[in-house]
Amino acid sequence: MTEASPYRLVGARPEPEFEMLVDGRPVPVVPGQTVGAALHAAGIRIWRTTRFGERRRGLFCGLGVCFDCLVTVNGEENLRACLTEARPGDEVTTS
Amino acid sequence: MTGHDAAYDLAVVGAGPAGLAAAGVAARAGLRVALLDAGARVGGQYFRQPPDGFHASRPGALHHGYSRFVRLRDGLGDADVLLGHRVWAVEPAAGGGFAVHCLKGGRERATTVAATRLLVATGAHDRVLPFPGWDLPGVMTAGGAQALLKGNLVVAGRRVVVAGTGPFLLPVATSLAAAGARVVGVFEAGGRFALAPRALTRPGKAVEALGYGGRLARHRVPYKGGRAVVAAHGAGELTHVTVARVDAEWRPYRRGHETVRCDTLAIGYGFTPQLDLVAQLGCEIGADAAGGPAVRVDRHMRTSVPGVYAAGETTGVGGADLAELEGAIAGRAVVADARGVPAAGDPAAVRAEVRRRRLAAFADALLRAYPVRDGWTSWLRDDTPICRCEEVPYRRVREARDLGAADARSIKLLARPGMGWCQGRICGEAVARLAGEDPGPPRRPIAQPVRLGDLADMDERTSDDDA
Ligand SMILES: Cc1cc2nc3c(=O)[nH]c(=O)nc-3n(C[C@H](O)[C@H](O)[C@H](O)COP(=O)(O)OP(=O)(O)OC[C@H]3O[C@@H](n4cnc5c(N)ncnc54)[C@H](O)[C@@H]3O)c2cc1C
Ligand code: FES
Repeated sequence: MTEASPYRLVGARPEPEFEMLVDGRPVPVVPGQTVGAALHAAGIRIWRTTRFGERRRGLFCGLGVCFDCLVTVNGEENLRACLTEARPGDEVTTS
Repeated sequence: MTGHDAAYDLAVVGAGPAGLAAAGVAARAGLRVALLDAGARVGGQYFRQPPDGFHASRPGALHHGYSRFVRLRDGLGDADVLLGHRVWAVEPAAGGGFAVHCLKGGRERATTVAATRLLVATGAHDRVLPFPGWDLPGVMTAGGAQALLKGNLVVAGRRVVVAGTGPFLLPVATSLAAAGARVVGVFEAGGRFALAPRALTRPGKAVEALGYGGRLARHRVPYKGGRAVVAAHGAGELTHVTVARVDAEWRPYRRGHETVRCDTLAIGYGFTPQLDLVAQLGCEIGADAAGGPAVRVDRHMRTSVPGVYAAGETTGVGGADLAELEGAIAGRAVVADARGVPAAGDPAAVRAEVRRRRLAAFADALLRAYPVRDGWTSWLRDDTPICRCEEVPYRRVREARDLGAADARSIKLLARPGMGWCQGRICGEAVARLAGEDPGPPRRPIAQPVRLGDLADMDERTSDDDA
């Protein structure tokens, strides 16, 4: 039996992936995915460190509510990774 | 001169089932309608869609009642659908009607939409409660895990625990399992069968509940009641959780703790309506069946502020069916009010009202069946973060209380929970409960963070308008 996957579940035939650069490292993105989802899919679940306690953060609410997932995209600071759609060649920097 | 004409008869904020239904009814009746949503696609939380880039041939596989969504989406008539518009403020416009201030697109440019009437259908977000380890990477909200799957086709983790309270845990668990995650358990802090007797009052829902039961069994997912995740553990990232047997007040029993290995915890304790916009406008906010805040509406979904309507989860959490129905009722009321005719009277309206009452009674029963119990505070330790943004530990909240801070507002001023980026959206309810209050309505000047430059631009525009 083949393994269950979200693609199989909805019968997806995704377009070719493009790349965004995350702290200089290429991460694949299916067109339309958010920065946060693409990071998560690539197994990167941590991309921010808090100011005081240096606690590590990634996606929490996934809806734009908690602001745990902040990233800088092409120099634009404090964007929520869970809401921001990734574009080919985007340079994402984390803190 | 105004910089923005009252271009629309109706602006609908939120394109979930409620907003879609309302916009469709009003647009098909000939009103000029703008439907705004922060997201990139219509559908809201329940009908969240993956991007077109996936070319899904079975997009309905993740949704109950997908055909209803297609009807709503295709029934929008000539409504202007303004996606990628985050509404951060609404205010009465000088010449009547409302100014809807948005940030548009990925780069968040400021723009304003003007409309004679306004419908707020902004839905809800997950309610979460703090517990030790809840800020470890790998701990997510149940809705967030669902959104990642429905909206991006990404499974939150490989080995997942689903926990919290309420019937929403079941669709989260079954869809994660169907998408390939190993769901090692669903832990319901309340009673597992709290739903069952009530569900019988509405056969459709009972069948749905049974359906979930069957699917959980098929994926061999254990579903246990009276169990709560009281701690999450891991060195920098989640590796396991402690599941405790809890009493009716959610206080852990001394025995019966269990360690469950997982890389992901999807947690949800029900939903909190997004009331920022209605609160800004001064609409009266009351309490839902479980004491949570919800905007007050009349039978026609009119709020206490003339020209402002609300539908869906903003009026009380009640699920997608009720949201859609309320949206349709609100749409009809807007049309009637725009034409200056009575909103009720025809048989269709009476049938809708009968159905709304039945669905609302069911929703209230669910809210009462799955309340948050006070025992969750016994899970907290001194160093448990209460506010994730400002990193305020439980100890500081207790200190504030010891110093005499008797209500949530004073605790906030002393210990600063809820003063960070999320403006208390995540911790506000917990802080209120720690202060012994019912969670109140939001008091936020803005519904989305904005850059100072955009605010300055707006000030200029406003003063131009006055000139
Ligand atoms: C994350 C999540 C997942 C859910 N998944 C399920 C599920 O799988 N099954 C189930 O039975 N129920 C689910 N629910 C419950 C769900 O809320 C309701 O069933 C239904 O979606 C409510 O419809 P609605 O129209 O009231 O609001 P929603 O569907 O929540 O739609 C509200 C819309 O408003 C938009 N919005 C909010 N604020 C703004 C703003 N300031 N500016 C612009 N746009 C804004 C949002 O982007 C959203 O699209 C989920 C809820 C959440 C929060
Ligand atoms: S994960 Fe909460 S805002 Fe992005």
